[in-house]
Amino acid sequence: MAVVIFGFKIIRKLAEDTFILNGHHIWHRKSFSSFKSLWAKQMTVRDALNSALDEELKRDERVFLIGEEVALYNGAYKVSKGLLDKYGSKRLVDTPISEQGFAGIAVGAALNGLRPICEFMTWNFSMQAIDQIINSAAKTFYMSGGMLGAPIVFRGPNGASAGVAAQHSQCYAAWYSHCPGLKVLSPYNCEDCRGLLKAAIRDPDPVVFLEHELQYSVTYPVSDQALSEDFVLEIGKAYIERHGKHVTLAAHAKEVQTCLDAAKELAGQGIECEVINLRSLRPLDMETICKSVAKTNNLITVEGGWPQCGIGSEISARIMESESFFLLDSPVIRVTGVDVPMPYAKNLETIVQPKPLNIITVVKKILGVRGKVSSISL
Amino acid sequence: MFSRCNKLVSSQSTAQKSVWSCLRSLIKNDYATEATFESKPFKLHRLDSGPSTKSTITSDEAIEMYKQTQMIRRIETAAGNLYKEKIIRGFCHLYSGQEAVAVGMKSVMRPQDSAISAYRVHGWTYLMGVSALGVLAELTGRKSGCCRGKGGSMHMYATNFYGGNGIVGAQVPLGAGVAFANKYTENGGVCFALYGDGASNQGQVFEVYNMAKLWNLPVIFVCENNGYGMGTSTERSSASPNFYTRGDYIPGIWVDGMDILAVREATRFGIEYCTSGKGPLVMEAATYRYSGHSMSDPGTSYRTREEIQEVRQTRDPITSFKEKIINAGLVSADLLKKIDVEVKAEVDAAVKIAKSEAEIGLDELANDIYSNDLEKEIRSTTPFLFYKHNNSSGKTPINL
Ligand SMILES: Cc1ncc(C[n+]2csc(CCOP(=O)(O)OP(=O)(O)O)c2C)c(N)n1
Ligand SMILES: [Mg+2]
Repeated sequence: MAVVIFGFKIIRKLAEDTFILNGHHIWHRKSFSSFKSLWAKQMTVRDALNSALDEELKRDERVFLIGEEVALYNGAYKVSKGLLDKYGSKRLVDTPISEQGFAGIAVGAALNGLRPICEFMTWNFSMQAIDQIINSAAKTFYMSGGMLGAPIVFRGPNGASAGVAAQHSQCYAAWYSHCPGLKVLSPYNCEDCRGLLKAAIRDPDPVVFLEHELQYSVTYPVSDQALSEDFVLEIGKAYIERHGKHVTLAAHAKEVQTCLDAAKELAGQGIECEVINLRSLRPLDMETICKSVAKTNNLITVEGGWPQCGIGSEISARIMESESFFLLDSPVIRVTGVDVPMPYAKNLETIVQPKPLNIITVVKKILGVRGKVSSISL
Repeated sequence: MFSRCNKLVSSQSTAQKSVWSCLRSLIKNDYATEATFESKPFKLHRLDSGPSTKSTITSDEAIEMYKQTQMIRRIETAAGNLYKEKIIRGFCHLYSGQEAVAVGMKSVMRPQDSAISAYRVHGWTYLMGVSALGVLAELTGRKSGCCRGKGGSMHMYATNFYGGNGIVGAQVPLGAGVAFANKYTENGGVCFALYGDGASNQGQVFEVYNMAKLWNLPVIFVCENNGYGMGTSTERSSASPNFYTRGDYIPGIWVDGMDILAVREATRFGIEYCTSGKGPLVMEAATYRYSGHSMSDPGTSYRTREEIQEVRQTRDPITSFKEKIINAGLVSADLLKKIDVEVKAEVDAAVKIAKSEAEIGLDELANDIYSNDLEKEIRSTTPFLFYKHNNSSGKTPINL
């Protein structure tokens, strides 16, 4: 349709621009297919999650949502808005502040045939319940020799928030992806949220679903396909958000956006980044990463969590252990959160999380060292 | 004057004492130096006798407590405004309405006693010795903040005040641990572990009830029941809303948490109980929060505006205390007005600095991760830049 209206050249021009839609969100366009999304429905991440929950509650009677303030208050972050009115208090269960207790109840209900969605008001509070997540949910199928499964989704906001200091601002991706038996998803945009949350709820295994707290109010386009009630993304598959030949940037959650912003900037300087949205942290889609590395010969991982034993550490190690190692022109570099608890003061907080500039600096450094892109001065 | 003194005292011995003070003050300046007040009865759990419902205070004590409540109220009002101006960020939980709990307790705490609470701690931090500026600048994340701006609203500390915890319920075992150390070192101190009605449902609270009783730790579990944990009322969160009985085998007291003097007497009783080696106590203080849960919660979707108005009009801890001490002739309305002006001036001045002052430098980002900083270099977002790891104050931590 776009071709008919504009002709190909105009599309290319527009496609390379940055659009500001709804007055607040910026995103990048690089291909005809995503150009279509100019006409696609716009949605906040919050609404994308809400609609996925709504549809799954409707689809399957066994699905229920349990957690603090999920029902009457519509969710502390309003993700479950309107669902109590629609499905009643049997399906939307407000709990006391008793994370270990209600997480355990949710796992027990899963063992007995239900499909619980257990919301942690934020993942920070899941530490109260981490034993039930790992020892009860993640290991039961294995310990029972395949006799008893734990089909449950643990979800809630994750990652660095704004102005809430050390105890309320941290990423659990590395923590949970460490554990066999768990599937760990980290969506970036609305389509991820819809497709992955639905996949998680329908999956027979325990899934940790990490929503980024700062993404809830961000708007993204959603295609007609992604709006379908049966839109389910495959767990364990990454998605290439932007194609490029000089360096691969692999990131999850909000940091995908940081990479896209950096890539946009670098594109203007003749460097084409391939941006991989990991989507799934366990299983980790090494196939997509390795294929990309075969093309770009350079890899940078980007995450909001701490460096030690992080997602980037794992990816680097797996690259070292694979054939891909021999294809690298430069060492894999991790861009991560600074290795400190999150400070409250704004000036300090600002430099703790990865910025496009950090990525740009690293890209230039590794490419410059190899002299691969001649147009760049260092 | 005379009749008022007489009317206020009922027990014989206090009566004599108070009448005498009244007489003396009449000669001096027409104001009583001491008066006795009657509080609502306490509810008791597994106790034969409880705190005294009569509380005698001097005019100096009355003035001090009045000033403290006003100071907390003003700091919170200022904090609310700074939040609306977007100078305070993130979460900001106000204590307005609950001042009597902290002020009543603090008024009888001894130097060896300590407290720990959750994230609603601006008032407690002030009472435990941090200036209004120290609190407000922490809220704005500036240099003069009591934690150098690193902790913010939820994480403030002072000598004998162990925070400032953002994880609901987590402070309760810590408080029992502080009491464990009190007993261990035989320093005679009692620790007050404060938590909300919502927090009372955390499993770890029950775990430490058991250990505290098993080992007779000098800890007082203070449940500040303000009726709600975020948007959930106590009836919706708690199978038994009688929080003072929820320690089962631990004796408990219910106290009107809107009455400074009732809290004072309950606390005095608690300290005596604990220090006599009988072990822990549970104290439920019935109170109310005026604002939403935090500044981002309007606080009106799960309760009515009328409910809030009614508490403000009929149970406000400051108004009732003010009336009491004026009617008893302990202080003049003029003096209280003067105090109000002083408090306002102090808070206004603190706000000014808290707004205009600089944050600590970026060179402090990686300070104070460890007190023995074996990792001298702290990784930035990339492996190409490292921050220096130092200890900021240069002083030894107060407990090491
Ligand atoms: C472990 C944990 N779970 C949930 C939260 C989110 N949260 C913060 S305060 C709060 C309500 C606590 O209510 P209450 O204990 O009554 O204290 P109040 O706010 O009334 O002072 C909740 C659910 C948290 N901070 N920590
Ligand atoms: Mg409460």
